[in-house]
Amino acid sequence: MTTLTVEANNLTRIYGGREAVSDVSFTLSKGEVLGFLGPNGAGKSTTMKMITGNLAPSKGSVKICGVDMIENPKEAKALIGYLPETPPLYREFTVDEFLAIAARLHGVSAKHIRAAVQRAKERCGLTEMSKRLIENLSKGYQQRVGIAQAIIHNPMVVILDEPTVGLDPIQIRDIRALIKELGGEHSVILSTHILPEVEMICDHVQIIDKGKLVFNGSIDVLKQQRHGNKLLLGLTNPPSHDVLLKVAGVESVEALPNGLLRVRYAAGKVPAEALVQAAVSKGWGLHQINPDQTSLEDVFVQLTYQDAAA
Amino acid sequence: MILKVARKELKSVFASPMGWVILALLQFGFGTYFLNGVNEYFEVMSGAIRPAERTGVTMFIGQSVFGLASFVMLFSVPLLSMRLISEERRSNTLPFLFSAPLSLTEIVLGKFIGLVAFLSILVAMIAVMLCTLNAWADIDFGYLFSNVLGLWLLVASFSALGLYFSSLTAQPVVAAIITFIALFGLLIVDRFLTGDEASVTNYLSLMHHFQPFARGLIDTADITYFLLFIVTFLTLTVRRLDADRLRG
Repeated sequence: MTTLTVEANNLTRIYGGREAVSDVSFTLSKGEVLGFLGPNGAGKSTTMKMITGNLAPSKGSVKICGVDMIENPKEAKALIGYLPETPPLYREFTVDEFLAIAARLHGVSAKHIRAAVQRAKERCGLTEMSKRLIENLSKGYQQRVGIAQAIIHNPMVVILDEPTVGLDPIQIRDIRALIKELGGEHSVILSTHILPEVEMICDHVQIIDKGKLVFNGSIDVLKQQRHGNKLLLGLTNPPSHDVLLKVAGVESVEALPNGLLRVRYAAGKVPAEALVQAAVSKGWGLHQINPDQTSLEDVFVQLTYQDAAA
Repeated sequence: MILKVARKELKSVFASPMGWVILALLQFGFGTYFLNGVNEYFEVMSGAIRPAERTGVTMFIGQSVFGLASFVMLFSVPLLSMRLISEERRSNTLPFLFSAPLSLTEIVLGKFIGLVAFLSILVAMIAVMLCTLNAWADIDFGYLFSNVLGLWLLVASFSALGLYFSSLTAQPVVAAIITFIALFGLLIVDRFLTGDEASVTNYLSLMHHFQPFARGLIDTADITYFLLFIVTFLTLTVRRLDADRLRG
């Protein structure tokens, strides 16, 4: 139990009679990165606000490292670093001044502030911006300052609401590396719209739709769902489906609108070689064969759609 | 932790030229009144007035300077207090304070103390300016102290009210206007229903409680009034912010 950093139990939030988040429960252990996915308005930000104590849940409880957020908010908040959707920046300060204030308010002791600011700047690539006013920074740099203020006090749990919005591709790569690095010693929760991002950096994934958790599990489960046991086959002179079904391992064949064939096969029996040999010997005119990956988007749509249908 | 928030507020006032400009302009105004007061004192007291009706230099100059100060604060406090919370609301920086290990009371008290600390600089400058009279005359420090205390309590009350109205809206200008109207109303409310010394409006009026200080009388009832006034509005502010957390 000691390794659990975040415990959310039956979190529910009601806005004017409508449940924006209903009955969301999950746990997070030390060193894990949790990706939080969902369409717009699904309740991602609301859930994050509840975890960070910015919003009181209508029902349920949040515990950070065993400290209850509602009963001991100060102790619990000291363990959290939070970057809201819009980075909370005091524009009239310079980067250094702002980060020093953030460190001080988060209880970093006076003699460690300078070192903490320096470290946060280095981690977020802000060292050259020290003396600049936050107001004059570009959006990407402002986003970085937002991340820097969230990690300045070395919190147990870092919660980032869409951290890579507005960054250029290189910055995104850096921030992803940073999040992965943070995941080593802290727990990280991040919400995002960008699905490949989740695949790259998260250990765990949660998909939330209309306030309900529709998927909660390890990223591997999602990846498996994604890869499936399918091949895409492009043939110039395709034989009838029956012929294809006789090839060892093939379970079903489906013609796709773009002229390709989708071949499903039994788990572990990849019929690629057999298909290529058959194609060559029978002159089917093979021009393409590759594993068929359902995009993460499709999985995502499937999961959120299933929920809507249910 | 309260002081850390206060320090942040004070820093943000001086981060832009606004803090300096306000200090300079107001000090210029007070200084002018002070000088005029010194000049006029010699003219008025030079013999035309019977000795029994003469007042001391402290009271003569103090009256004009502190009279101006309480009036000027009516305009400057709303301008300073307006941004305390509404600005944070507008630029979405409240989550920064809410997710830091601070209680709401600490945030509100910190902001209040930050503003009062800034205004105390003004009050202190007035006090020092009047004390310089002591180099040439024997001034009445008791009178001065009572005026400084009164003015300080008055601006602290203004700040508490301003802080509350700032927490109600996301538009600093709206906060400033409402604060100004409310303060103005509270200052002049005793003018409307005069006559009855014990009437409720008299009791509510800020000016009514400030006047004894201006005369040099420190009355615990007036001090209590100002303290209650401050506590009431700070409590209301805490409750307003708490409602944010509860209702979203």
